[in-house]
Amino acid sequence: MTTTTDIVGRGAREGRRLFEGWFDELTRTAQEGRPAAYVFVMGSLCEILRTFDLPAVFPEIHSLQTAVRRVADEFLSQAEDEGFSPDVCGYVKADYALQLRGGEHPMGRIPPPSIALLTNACNTYLKWAEIWERMYGTPVFTLDVPGSRRPVNIAGMGPSPGDSGPGARAADPGGFARDLRYVEGQLREIIDACEEVSGVAFDIDRLREVLRLTNDMAASWRRLLQLNRHRPAAFDAMLEGTIYLGVANVLRGTEEGAAYFRDLVEEMELRTREGLGPLGAKAEEKHRLAFVGVPCYPMFRRFYELFSEWGGVFVGSTYTWFASGGLDEDFEYDLDRPIESLAEGILLTVRRAMDSLMFQDRALIQAVDDFGLDGVVYHPVKSCRTVSTGLAASRRAVLDARDVLCLYIESDMMDKRVVSEAQLKNRIDAFFEGLESRRLRREA
Amino acid sequence: MSIRDGTAGAAGLDPGREAREAAIRELLPGSGAPLGETLAAVRELVEDTTFPTVHAWRQEGGKVLGHFQVYFPEELAHAAGMLPVKMRGGTVERREADSHFGSYICSVLRTTLELALTGRLVPDLFVTHPICDAARNLAGIWARNLDVPVEILYFPQNPNSAFSADYLASEYLRVLEDIEDVAGRRVSTDDLRGSIRVFNENRRLLRALYRIKREEPWKLPVDEAYVLMAVGGIIPREQHNALLSELLPRIQERDARRQDRMRVVFEGGFCEQPPLDLLGAIAEFCYVVDDDLMIGLRWILSDVPPHAADPLAALAGAYLEQSSYSPVQHDLRKPKEKMLLERIRGSGAEAAIVAAAKMCEPGLDEQVAYSKALEEEGIPFFLTEFEEQMRNFSHLQIQLETFVENHLLFGETAATGGQR
Repeated sequence: MTTTTDIVGRGAREGRRLFEGWFDELTRTAQEGRPAAYVFVMGSLCEILRTFDLPAVFPEIHSLQTAVRRVADEFLSQAEDEGFSPDVCGYVKADYALQLRGGEHPMGRIPPPSIALLTNACNTYLKWAEIWERMYGTPVFTLDVPGSRRPVNIAGMGPSPGDSGPGARAADPGGFARDLRYVEGQLREIIDACEEVSGVAFDIDRLREVLRLTNDMAASWRRLLQLNRHRPAAFDAMLEGTIYLGVANVLRGTEEGAAYFRDLVEEMELRTREGLGPLGAKAEEKHRLAFVGVPCYPMFRRFYELFSEWGGVFVGSTYTWFASGGLDEDFEYDLDRPIESLAEGILLTVRRAMDSLMFQDRALIQAVDDFGLDGVVYHPVKSCRTVSTGLAASRRAVLDARDVLCLYIESDMMDKRVVSEAQLKNRIDAFFEGLESRRLRREA
Repeated sequence: MSIRDGTAGAAGLDPGREAREAAIRELLPGSGAPLGETLAAVRELVEDTTFPTVHAWRQEGGKVLGHFQVYFPEELAHAAGMLPVKMRGGTVERREADSHFGSYICSVLRTTLELALTGRLVPDLFVTHPICDAARNLAGIWARNLDVPVEILYFPQNPNSAFSADYLASEYLRVLEDIEDVAGRRVSTDDLRGSIRVFNENRRLLRALYRIKREEPWKLPVDEAYVLMAVGGIIPREQHNALLSELLPRIQERDARRQDRMRVVFEGGFCEQPPLDLLGAIAEFCYVVDDDLMIGLRWILSDVPPHAADPLAALAGAYLEQSSYSPVQHDLRKPKEKMLLERIRGSGAEAAIVAAAKMCEPGLDEQVAYSKALEEEGIPFFLTEFEEQMRNFSHLQIQLETFVENHLLFGETAATGGQR
């Protein structure tokens, strides 16, 4: 019989096992010289790749793992020796160095790209893929997804299933149909390309099955994010959320991935019922926070502790929105028309991911109300301008709209040269002193 | 196509246009003035961060469409009677804008916002494009801080798809409809055709200007050529055409002696613009025979069919099929390093200055590819970074002088390190 002890912590344990298994599979692919596809987290097109049995390599993930494993500086230096500026994306540089090292990585061996599929959700994706084109002559296919055209159109963003997709459709049905035609046309071109690279004929029933599994996973993902409305929250969206994100990306459209998230929801529902918050039985959830940006991977665990030691819990994180490729969008693939529905899903979810990068202020304001936030932590990073450029302005917008405290701290997701723990701690401590003081005043 | 035919063209519905053009004419150098004086006056206009021409246009009741770098089909704004203005930052002290951005952001995004926040350059409609990770955030930042309609134009980042031309034509139509709303008037097919003709003429004149740079660069230093081109981004294009038509023959008649200077291509000016004094410093040692400065004004390389049944489709087709290259467009047919080599060979350059604006990720990324390709081809190159706010160029001048001397005296082909 499964007990509470078996269930609590299962998500972290299983997540680790699955994640390591994914790296092992990539290592086997590299050793056997089988083809592999390079994709990105925002619009990974994993549903297509699974249909062709093409293993997906996520360069963002293997790059950030060099930072988590504290060897990123070696990779960055190697790329900078080759001419890359210290001011460009650290993920790109780590991957570049990895390619020069024949794919050798602290977690295994990464196969070279046989094909690269990308979206325009991040412009650096385009520059990055050009590197593989030059290094290997890799065929590169960009699925261009037109984003929101006007900031005012964006509504209902956030962890709660909203109306940004259907709302956008209702507001401009003609425009949506035009964009959809464009995305669907490109998708069919990509299917042709995958047939050519893999030598496997496209099987629409296979795609249907993969879409069903993604539907399953996405429903669990949305449920998971919703559960953190509860007090205390079920999980820390910055620390644990990042682990879950990894699994969501690499096992998207698989039976294992769908089962993992069903189990995870079971665990989180249990934790919610039992009041088992992420800080453990002994610590109290004092401050409910939202995290905006990308975590500080060079000191990932310590970065989390700087908040948790004060009783701060990240009940929401924009990272779980955009880095899941918009999996939080309330959308389900229609299995009766798989390709058309996949195109629609890509348009809606990638657009949502982009919106949550650039226009997240309204969603955050909504989250302050829905999740009972005490504060919002903005963490812009040197390496990623997509994520970071608009955060100062977003912070001002949230401060104008709600009576919460906002912390704005800059560091990096890869480059420890611009990460100063002492400076971060100073700022974070001052932030919590402010939160404590407000709390005391409120209680008085 | 759903553009309403049968409505009157720009001139017919726009009686104020003449007054606006007259107001701008007041600010331009008079016809027949000495060439040096004229060029100095144009330079002053380009460097003036109060944008007097734009204010004059608005004062006379005109509407302004501001578009951020790199390219915008200005014909759309022109056909609606608006003044298309290239928003490319400026050399201004940043007092307001910095608090809206993080630390690792290029200057041009900041100064473009600074100009708007301080009221120096506030368009009636601002159009931006997701050209890079930083710029794609501009729309959100503007919308939160300025009472100006903001529009994002999504150029296809997959120009190799069979579906991109139709998509882009529909995107142009969508933007045009929003332009019409701001302009307060409808645009006919004939309006668009008329605008295409004006811009075709402009492109022809800019090609002629660049021909002088290539064939007789001693008659037109890079900084002078630059202001003659850039002024087109802040005045009506008809007036730019008139200016160029008058000045180009006079430049060709200039009594300037050819000197022993290195023929170079300047690469890296596609978005943030280097300070004019930096270009002047380069001109002391080099003939810049081609470049990508303000490439958006020259993005379309040849005439757009002026009589096309569907002018928007013609403009979209030109964007995809008759266009230049830049680090912010990914086109499988145009690997950037191959395009740079073509630019160098096509202009008879001996070397390249491979520049990037500070914190400009696409430019900095491209420097790596350019450097490798130039090394492989044995073409000397000078690597540097710049910022529009730079004031001191002595260090760069010494490095550049050394680079040129090494090449001229010793025939060195190895790359010389720049300012990174």
